[in-house]
Amino acid sequence: MRPLRWLPPADDFRSRLKSLAAADDTSWAQAVALANTQLDFIRTNALDAAVRARFGDTAPPDSVGKPIRLAVLGSSTLAHLHAGIRVGALRRGHHLVTYENDYGQYLQELLSADSTLHEFAPTAMLLAFDARHVTQGIHAGLQAEDVDSVLEDVLGRIEQCWALAREKWSGPVIQQAVVNVFPPLLGSNEHRLPGSRRHFVARLNDRLRALADRHGVDMLALDDAAREGGLSAWHDDALWCRSKQEVAPAMAPAYGDLVARLLAARGGRSYKCLVLDLDNTLWGGVIGDDGLTGIVLGQGSALGEGFTAVQDYAKDLARRGVILAVCSKNDEANALEPFEKHPEMVLKRTDIASFRANWDDKAANLRAIAEELNIGLDSLVFLDDNPFERNLVRAQLPMVAVPEVPDDDPALVPRVLADAGYFESTRITEDDRQRAAQYQENRARDQLRASASDIDGYLRALDMRMIWNRFDMVGLQRIVQLINKTNQFNLTTRRHTEAEVQAVMADHQSFGLQLRLLDRFGDNGIIAVVIGRMTEPGIVTIDTWLMSCRVLGRQVEATTLNLVAAQAKSLGATRLIGQYIPTKKNGMVRDHYEKLGFTVVSRSEAGGSIAVLELDDFKPAVSFITVSEGVS
Amino acid sequence: MKDESSIYADLTEIFCEVFGRDEMTLTPALSAKDVDGWDSFKQIEIIVSVEERFGIKLNTKEIDGLKNVGDLVAVIARK
Repeated sequence: MRPLRWLPPADDFRSRLKSLAAADDTSWAQAVALANTQLDFIRTNALDAAVRARFGDTAPPDSVGKPIRLAVLGSSTLAHLHAGIRVGALRRGHHLVTYENDYGQYLQELLSADSTLHEFAPTAMLLAFDARHVTQGIHAGLQAEDVDSVLEDVLGRIEQCWALAREKWSGPVIQQAVVNVFPPLLGSNEHRLPGSRRHFVARLNDRLRALADRHGVDMLALDDAAREGGLSAWHDDALWCRSKQEVAPAMAPAYGDLVARLLAARGGRSYKCLVLDLDNTLWGGVIGDDGLTGIVLGQGSALGEGFTAVQDYAKDLARRGVILAVCSKNDEANALEPFEKHPEMVLKRTDIASFRANWDDKAANLRAIAEELNIGLDSLVFLDDNPFERNLVRAQLPMVAVPEVPDDDPALVPRVLADAGYFESTRITEDDRQRAAQYQENRARDQLRASASDIDGYLRALDMRMIWNRFDMVGLQRIVQLINKTNQFNLTTRRHTEAEVQAVMADHQSFGLQLRLLDRFGDNGIIAVVIGRMTEPGIVTIDTWLMSCRVLGRQVEATTLNLVAAQAKSLGATRLIGQYIPTKKNGMVRDHYEKLGFTVVSRSEAGGSIAVLELDDFKPAVSFITVSEGVS
Repeated sequence: MKDESSIYADLTEIFCEVFGRDEMTLTPALSAKDVDGWDSFKQIEIIVSVEERFGIKLNTKEIDGLKNVGDLVAVIARK
């Protein structure tokens, strides 16, 4: 199986690689584009070398998000994987530098405050222990009790590494699951031999997952990846003897992408929406030509079942929070017909948050979809069987992910989508589960807005209720998720870890507010988060103010300010300070505080500003939203 | 038995990719000490690429026995 098979091949790799060396403003974008082609291990190394020669350890201004400093700690040779990780990050526009411990010295480096690891100051950590290392002392002659005590020891040591990492650095900790490289001793019933190293690794991975959940550590499921691609592709026993490389060099690009997508997910930069073509993507044939009875879908043919598999996978993605959209060259009435009338359709019209079937070009329609859903173009994955359309979108909208699709076999599509890891997510919240329903409710709201004669009439008819709470354990996951993934309506784009949010909860000089909005069409979930902090006597500074874009234009901002002002007053403040820190994505809130009646007192060259509100003069805004404090 | 000159042509391409060069001249006597940057890491890159390109697998004895390009060509030709 070729690594990165969802990416298109690059024909002119060497010439494009060479042009990176030119001191040109577009070099980074060119490098990102090159990283989004199908690179084998040698090309990955070559691209990495060229990028490092051009940019060194300094992140260019057009790289995405904060630069990442990843410490890769392990017990065997990992140097051959670093280029794959860096290029994996580059594929997502991130600038990433890596650190590797001296061979076998990971624990000493974690413990010692003057180690080169501390000097490196990682913002993320990957613990990659090899199978031989974590099974030291295990052999087939051991009794069950002795094996159990070794298992507890190993888990304890790994837990200690997590604790040391947490104590000193605030970034994400990733634990690599152990690749089960050991040949069986019993066979199919290996689990009946307590001292089998193969069985030991299986038990260890189970326990690690449970432990990682409790510690907020993310797993790198290398065990699953090795099963998926076949152990012999991932691990070469002879190479282990030669160079102590547990992961075969040829798989370094795949390994690096697994790591990079986890880091991107942690930074809130996974893709959010799957945009589907219709003809020969969701069903076989062309609905406009073949008609409802002519298209191939469902039971009765292998091809039809393949299309059902695509729809099943998309539907399950929607159930766990991925937004679905349709982008098809068709008359709308024709395109809608299968959704409404074909008995084998798994996807229904209500599963599709944005439906574009017309004769405009697909790039224009993808723009319209992003706008309608209020998400960035870089949140879209576009699935289309037609190479012409795929290449057109890649050329016009390079930020949209467009997977290569296996020729004419829809049955293979779900696995390609899964392998590409576009929708990597480290947790699932109640809001994720409700998302599909929320987009349906939004459509009902839009219809109401279209029928209401004026905006006040519309807002009144919505019957909005805002329920606010201080941060609490119930909302914690969703709060952390919003803080780390909200890009557009986000005044400061400060990312906070779970531990930092809990610190706000415990601090009497701070307040964290979570706001939920309900209306006659349903529950929008937690739609805003604000953190205020008493920074000087009498002054509360708003550290974080973010909001879900789907409730824009509904007086939520002013209603939120009423609550923030009340909280600040209860801390004894007479003045509120708000700050706007510009990013590439948050231009929509540039004048947020001014619109709410704050006075801007300073502006930075970069476009940032600081604004002040005197609380004694503040009159709470009147809105159509009924506000109440929630019970928790 | 593969034709030696076509093996040299394929190997030259592999070496150029691995060492990031536009041109390289491969001779039977060429060995690690003659090429800047040919370390054990590059050695593995070369072998992995050779295995993929020729659809073969080199065993430990064969790899250990490689002293120069000529040896590598001979091993490939035998497979």
